Amino acid sequence: MANEMKEMTYKDAVKLAMVEEMRRDENVFLMGEDVGLYGGAFGVSVGMLEEFGEERVKDTPISEAAIAGAAAGAAVTGMRPIAEIMFMDFTTIAMDALVNQAAKMRYMFGGKAKVPMVLRCPGGSGTGAAAQHSQSLEAWFCHVPGLKVIVPATAKDAKGLLKAAIRDNNPVVFVEQKTLYKVKGEVPVDEDFIIPIGKGEIKKEGKDVTIISYGRMLPRALKVAEEMESEGISVEVLDPRTLVPLDKELIIESVKKTGRVILVNEACKTGGYLGEIASVIAESEAFDYLDAPIMRLAGLDVPVPYNPELEKAIVPSEEQIREAVLKVMNR
Amino acid sequence: MTDIKKETLLEMYKRMNEARSFEEKVSYFFARGMVHGTTHLSVGEEASGVASCMALNSDDLITSTHRGHSQVIGKGIDLNKMMAELLGKYTGYCKGKGGSMHIADVEAGNLGANGVVGGGHGIAIGAALTQQMKNTGKIVLCFFGDGASNEGSFHEALNLASVWKLPVIFYCENNLYGMSVPIGKSMNIKDIAVRADSYGIPGYIVDGNDAVAVYNTVKEASEYVRSGKGPVLIESKTYRWLGHSKSDAQIYRSKEEVEEWKNKCPIKRFRKYMLEKKLATEEELDTIEKNARQSIEEAVEFANNSPNPPIETVTEDVYA
Repeated sequence: MANEMKEMTYKDAVKLAMVEEMRRDENVFLMGEDVGLYGGAFGVSVGMLEEFGEERVKDTPISEAAIAGAAAGAAVTGMRPIAEIMFMDFTTIAMDALVNQAAKMRYMFGGKAKVPMVLRCPGGSGTGAAAQHSQSLEAWFCHVPGLKVIVPATAKDAKGLLKAAIRDNNPVVFVEQKTLYKVKGEVPVDEDFIIPIGKGEIKKEGKDVTIISYGRMLPRALKVAEEMESEGISVEVLDPRTLVPLDKELIIESVKKTGRVILVNEACKTGGYLGEIASVIAESEAFDYLDAPIMRLAGLDVPVPYNPELEKAIVPSEEQIREAVLKVMNR
Repeated sequence: MTDIKKETLLEMYKRMNEARSFEEKVSYFFARGMVHGTTHLSVGEEASGVASCMALNSDDLITSTHRGHSQVIGKGIDLNKMMAELLGKYTGYCKGKGGSMHIADVEAGNLGANGVVGGGHGIAIGAALTQQMKNTGKIVLCFFGDGASNEGSFHEALNLASVWKLPVIFYCENNLYGMSVPIGKSMNIKDIAVRADSYGIPGYIVDGNDAVAVYNTVKEASEYVRSGKGPVLIESKTYRWLGHSKSDAQIYRSKEEVEEWKNKCPIKRFRKYMLEKKLATEEELDTIEKNARQSIEEAVEFANNSPNPPIETVTEDVYA
């Protein structure tokens, strides 16, 4: 039974993680805008109200500062809240509670507090929702010591990592991918299936070039990698899954093996997390193994536009990833 | 209303005097550059901070503010560890990592002072949610100032707490200035307590320099809140005698105004009240004052004799 798998969507995997943890631990509860009867803006929590009732699946006022603040306050006093922020863009309104309060309480108070909360928020473009409902702001949170940051790209990772996040004793920002919500994958049904926070995964092994990607860009990287086999280029695809803490060892070992690395995400390039990954590689012994400059493929430094063609144009395409592979291979 | 137990009155007087002596000592240290950083003193606000906490049960919770020394002393705190924290010592409440603005004792229900104006509102409602969900019977008192009542977090928290009927007292210490700006220039109302109406909750106004009135008001409010009826907003009208922080030249108010408020000293007033009502003798109160000063001297000695945090602790406790 322990290895039994079930096919389900990314969205249902997120829900399953919450449901299992809420059944396991009465201190776990969900709150957010429209998470109750409506089931969340993306339907992630559909059905949870029926099972757990209004006490533990709590519709909040449209008050992101209060949601995140209440999560911090509930966490520091013994609960394990899951707070949903409807769109990652709205974390801007919750920033004080997350950045100045939740992230710092433990350190500021000399280690005498723990803040076991998860802030779930869907990020990313591709839905036609334009500039204020489409951002990928994960780098902001990565810059704040005290927060952990997770961006799962598969249903399996979503379940295993969300369960780990709920059980973790720190504030965790869990960035879901709205364009992956309906993507299906095999998910372990084991209720104790946990993916440790801070462990990346080689999604496809290869010898010639490493693509490091996460979130919505991961499936593109994988597709290109598969296609490249027929051209005789062996591409390794590495998903860090957790951005903070980052699995540096896995990254360094992969780059040492292949000697070439392309970093792909959809967030804006400037000040983005790819720069951090590039630095980790450049500062490590992997630098001596590089046969080509580290290459970044990231979102354009523009707000997310509405028109579908414009919107598509701002994030790395499969074609651009393919070109990048050929370039680092000198083809 | 006023049948407060004698031992409670005397304890309140003790803590108010400890708060005054503590801050006079801290002020002295800062004036002479003996400690670094900054601090926000609540001299003149002792009745507001101490009597409010004394009206709570000892296992109730508070969120404190940047001007929180009277509040946390009112909650009952180890003065040695508090002074040690002010001096950045390893024996301090936060092992020297928090300082004046982050004094916290989570185990004892003090969820921390806050460097962000309005930063405590969310924490307070979350803590109140825990009490409600776990049915502990405890309540939370959320301290904040007049300035914080203009923050979005104040309005979000009062609204959410009122809808969910959370057991929290929102306790506004209105000391008439947000740093330099008088409240007349930052809000279009005279009494902050009227904001309670917007959230359908009771609002109280209390003379924050009257320890007995503060105690009775919070006591009454706490019974309401504890009974599950939801939050209340209390506005405690008071005044800080000293500047906003150590580097305040106070050009925004007159010496006369400050003197006027010094004449309304909450400690002298409380003393006079107890003597007139024959609730305590001169001798008893003198002894309390003397002991309070002595406690602070001992706290300073403890802090001075305490080690600095080892450098290697700088990376400790970022994560649990």
